[in-house]
Amino acid sequence: MATRVGMEVSIAAAEAVKQANADVIAAYPITPQTHIVEHLSELVNNGELDAEFVPVESEHSAMSVCVGSSAAGARAFTCTSSQGLALMSEIVYAAASLRLPILMILANRSLNSPLSIWNDHSDVMSIRDCGWIQVFAENGQEVYDHVFIGFRVAEDRNVLNPFMINIDGFILTHVIEPVELLEQEVVDRYLPPYQPLYRLHPDSPVSIGCFGPPVLFTEAKKAQNEAFCKTMPYIIKAWQEFGDLTGRYYHPIETYRTEEAQTILITQGSLGETASIAIDMMREKGEPVGLVKIRLWRPFPFEEFRKAVRGAELVVVMDRAVSYGGPGGPLAGEIRSALYPQEDHPRVVNFIIGLGGRDVSPEDFVQMAQRAKATPGQWYEIYGVRE
Amino acid sequence: MDKYLDRLGIYAARLVSQKEYFVPGHRACQGCAEALAVRLMSKASRTNTVIACATGCIEIFSSPFPLTSWMVPGIHVAFENTAAVASGIESGLKAIMRKGRIPLKKINVVGIAGDGGTSDIGLQALSGALERGHNMVYVCFDNEAYMNTGIQRSSSTPFGASTTTSPAGKVVPGQTTWKKNMPEIAAAHDIPYVATACPSYPFDLMEKVRKAAEIEGPAYIHILSVCPTGWRLPPELSIHAGRLAVETGVFPLYEVERGRYKLSIDLPELRPVQEYFRIQGRFRHLTEEMVNKIQRRVREEYEKLKKKVMMTREG
Repeated sequence: MATRVGMEVSIAAAEAVKQANADVIAAYPITPQTHIVEHLSELVNNGELDAEFVPVESEHSAMSVCVGSSAAGARAFTCTSSQGLALMSEIVYAAASLRLPILMILANRSLNSPLSIWNDHSDVMSIRDCGWIQVFAENGQEVYDHVFIGFRVAEDRNVLNPFMINIDGFILTHVIEPVELLEQEVVDRYLPPYQPLYRLHPDSPVSIGCFGPPVLFTEAKKAQNEAFCKTMPYIIKAWQEFGDLTGRYYHPIETYRTEEAQTILITQGSLGETASIAIDMMREKGEPVGLVKIRLWRPFPFEEFRKAVRGAELVVVMDRAVSYGGPGGPLAGEIRSALYPQEDHPRVVNFIIGLGGRDVSPEDFVQMAQRAKATPGQWYEIYGVRE
Repeated sequence: MDKYLDRLGIYAARLVSQKEYFVPGHRACQGCAEALAVRLMSKASRTNTVIACATGCIEIFSSPFPLTSWMVPGIHVAFENTAAVASGIESGLKAIMRKGRIPLKKINVVGIAGDGGTSDIGLQALSGALERGHNMVYVCFDNEAYMNTGIQRSSSTPFGASTTTSPAGKVVPGQTTWKKNMPEIAAAHDIPYVATACPSYPFDLMEKVRKAAEIEGPAYIHILSVCPTGWRLPPELSIHAGRLAVETGVFPLYEVERGRYKLSIDLPELRPVQEYFRIQGRFRHLTEEMVNKIQRRVREEYEKLKKKVMMTREG
């Protein structure tokens, strides 16, 4: 039987990497990712996980080690945050184009400057178009579960693509949550050992990462995009099978009390749990509001999203990053372009909240929903600024 | 008579495998000593090899998709991370062999990069990999500038050389800094094997690669690779220029094996550096004063090296 324990989310993530029997872990310390790799190095040094722990000299090398070991046929894991992601971003792009099934946990933290070790989504938004499958986790259980789901999806021969789990720094990484741990036997059934299609080995030589002359580059990119878009059914299948084994079902878009909702709030990550409390508060007063949570960020589930907000008059998008001089936050830009082809699409108002660890309370969500409704023509606002 | 002919076969070149692992058809410039060095390196490391290649001339001339000159498996990822990629390959193979997922086998993991990819942008990743002690060989093919992007100076460009970003101007006469001493930097990591080599001395080069591959732990080989295009010299003088670099003491051939220095060719007398400079357009502007300055430095450095040999001699 699965056991339910109180556990720091970072420890649960590391335990999942152990149960997933990763072969190579390469990481460089950065707050708030540290507890995950600290615990992993403990597991390796205590002989509980048979893996190479490569304590690299930078995040750039962390991703490079993952690329090398994954290309050699190993199951590779890394995790980072913020500046670390910015430094490794060159190789993050390369890993996707090389179609290597690496798993990364990104403990979301804001990007400098000013320096801030606290949470927002400016790090992940900086690599939005890197070609990784990207999901947002809402709580500790989802983080733990998605380590197995992530490897399973990434290594699927129909996918072969790196997978990133976004978890809010501190808000998730450093809190103790109830987590239901899986029996090893269940994990092994769900996640078989990695069998690469090609690997760097003298017995079957391949040249990987050749340069693309102009006559071929566009075709290579089109092929990559097509392959990436086609990952969607396999992600959904992996979620379905995980649900069948564990009773926990995940979807690209999660909805909460959206039936008959005229106003729908949109969140990513841990904001979803707080927002759901606000929804309950408003529903109690008879206000027709609901919540849509974007779990799958890339590939973006356009159809599922449009379905989830169908019938709403107002959509209030919560962004945790700024797109300077752009359409508000990156998520709002995405939502607007998803809704644009629809005739009669709802009005979209965007709030940028929770930057650099700023707390967002259920009351804030209530206030934003009211303000969006009462202010026609509003485009976006950085909410909660102390003036 | 037959008996004697048989013995002619002992001539060293005949002992080298005829098999090529870096094959013709690539797009290197005429007289590219780097391509020759890569070919010799591949001959020495042989079939049980996996290559991690940095962005640069080698990558560009050997693997334009869908073509490849490599008979051994290899990967190119980026410019500055070759040592990290190589250490990833080594760690990955080690882990999956230990866990029984692939058969146990000795595989040489070899990282290759140019001087820019090694002594400038790749120095951090290299230092990390050497310090962590991965069982791998790292080979720097030093053609003394960023040749692939159009002959810009690197920290490995020698003093006085004219490049496109250290041009011989009216006020500043070319490169104003001395060449970074990469082999010494590698040796300072206290790794089991460091060597310098030059394809003008093919058997020496191959012997060093073989040794580096056999030694447990990280090994570093720094290969001077004459670049006729960037050095402004006729392609047919490529091998000759490599010999002059060694014989003038500008690029001494030596090994550092477990901390012990050993000269591969002990020259009783160095040829004047002017002989080496004379055939290269990049040094054409050098004044007598600059040549003398370089000459003094070359002698001093060579003496320093000989002292290290003396000081670390066995017994």
